[in-house]
Amino acid sequence: MTTHSGIRLPKPTRNDKRVYVRQHWLLYVMLALPITYYIVFHYIPMGGIVIAFKNYSIFRGIWKSPWVGMENFSKLFAIAEFSNAIKNTLVLNVLNLVFGFPAPIILALMLNELSGRHFKKIAQTVLYLPHFLSWVIIGGLVTTLFATQTGIINRGLASMGISPVPWLTESRNWVVMYVFVSVWQSIGWGAIIYLSAITSVGEDLYEAARIDGCSRFQMTYKITLPSIRPTIVIMLILKIGSMMSIGFEQPQMLKNPMVNDSGDVISTFIYRYGLENGKYSISTAAGLIQSVINFALVITANAVSNRISDEGIW
Amino acid sequence: MAKGRQSLVDRGFEVLVTIIVTIIALTCILPILNIFSLSLSSARAVNSNEVTFLPVDFTLDAYESVFTNGALLRSMWYTIKATLLYVSISMFMTILCAYPLSHRDLVGRKPLWVFVLFTMYFAGGMIPSYLLVNDLGLINTMWSLVLPGMVSTYNMILMRTFFSSIPAEMKEAAYIDGANDADILWRVVLPLSKAMLATIALFYAVSRWNAVTDGMLYISEPSKYILQVRLKNIILSAAGLNELMSEGANVGLTIQPLQIRSAALVFSLLPVLVVYPFLQKYFVRGVMIGAVKG
Repeated sequence: MTTHSGIRLPKPTRNDKRVYVRQHWLLYVMLALPITYYIVFHYIPMGGIVIAFKNYSIFRGIWKSPWVGMENFSKLFAIAEFSNAIKNTLVLNVLNLVFGFPAPIILALMLNELSGRHFKKIAQTVLYLPHFLSWVIIGGLVTTLFATQTGIINRGLASMGISPVPWLTESRNWVVMYVFVSVWQSIGWGAIIYLSAITSVGEDLYEAARIDGCSRFQMTYKITLPSIRPTIVIMLILKIGSMMSIGFEQPQMLKNPMVNDSGDVISTFIYRYGLENGKYSISTAAGLIQSVINFALVITANAVSNRISDEGIW
Repeated sequence: MAKGRQSLVDRGFEVLVTIIVTIIALTCILPILNIFSLSLSSARAVNSNEVTFLPVDFTLDAYESVFTNGALLRSMWYTIKATLLYVSISMFMTILCAYPLSHRDLVGRKPLWVFVLFTMYFAGGMIPSYLLVNDLGLINTMWSLVLPGMVSTYNMILMRTFFSSIPAEMKEAAYIDGANDADILWRVVLPLSKAMLATIALFYAVSRWNAVTDGMLYISEPSKYILQVRLKNIILSAAGLNELMSEGANVGLTIQPLQIRSAALVFSLLPVLVVYPFLQKYFVRGVMIGAVKG
């Protein structure tokens, strides 16, 4: 890491370091608690991954359970539900990328075009709201609104003479709903970062374009959009880096037994297999596979981002 | 090109954009309005599918049964306590972590930084975390909801970014006056960071309030269910719903499942809805700090 001013200071000698530590020992005292936290609640569970290579039993504990090598992994891949969960994780994430990634960018560009200050403020407040609702609440809202018989959506369709649609109980529809809800939940909050990038676009560019007789749509398309490209690239790379993981809460709260074949993802598989059925070792192996692929994706994504834009994530 | 025509195109463009934004905004409000109306309408109106965005035959029956049951109220109180405990401990720990790491010249900063950052990209996962919490004897205690997520690395980075933006001269001046690092943190840095601290505290509060996974994993005693878990049981399981229904029936109310579910949803939604508009600007500020790059 270089200093922000770009000036390279002479390398501190060993003696300088000792003086620094003696002068600022309190900083190290402060760090003691957080570092302990990281060890206990992050690094010890990482060590706990060894049970993926053991036949874990609660009575013997982690250390005394027997080693079984890669047996859990071969068992895991023999489970049809697991391959299904991997497939679903990828399908839902790719769809989320395709629809969920451009949505906040488009929204930010639209919000930028609004000239009424009050309307813009109110719209933003309302649009950020879904981000603050828990997935339980969102799940409750969705299952109520889109219920096949009683939901307001189908009743609205019925009044137009359209027969009820099984929004949430038919696999294909459920996937569409899942993606729709993801976009809905994240579009407003996701737009903030692009809005802040837009505010740093120089006014003189627009002024010049105005003199040249550009319409506002042309300005949006030819000035604003290219100006926020670096932000877009970084956000895209971050998103690709998380292709293999889906949080547990969203699928768990939106799915129902009728759509298990397309709603079961890796995280829900781990929960069901590990905690509901007590198969700790096999589901830890599933978690490890997910973590390793994720980690590789993030590292690659960051390397790519560093090459393209000089703006790596770290 | 005539100026009048161009501005007409522009105006048309803005009208179109306004309409689209309005529609998206309505999709955020109308669902809540629908649930609100369902919870306040009579069983008959709900049953005959008459309710849209306004209550029909206004009644508080559904809320009466939610409150006589008391389980949701108890869960809310438990969640409030857990949230307060979580926010105070998290803030304390996050400050202790972020402040030393905000010193550019800190000896050992790079390895410490890697040590902390690595946890954002690699984790033990659900099962090893569960086994740890179990081994520590935290199952069915409030600590299981507080300790495992004490420091959010993301929030810590936000805080560190802000701390390192405070001019070094201010700290040096105090240092020359004989203050030590703890004094400087307490008397110089924290007072300058009040708005940012409020933002991070809110991030922590919201994440605790909305989280459901750890409540499902670590708490199995119904008397200690957090609000979101209780709500999930009412929404997703027939058993949770039946309990509330029979409570209502006991006091002579005729209630539809839909009414109860809606009332439970509104009950859980209301605290967020009430405070959110006032706190929104703090949240947005947090995203802005993050955008500067951590």
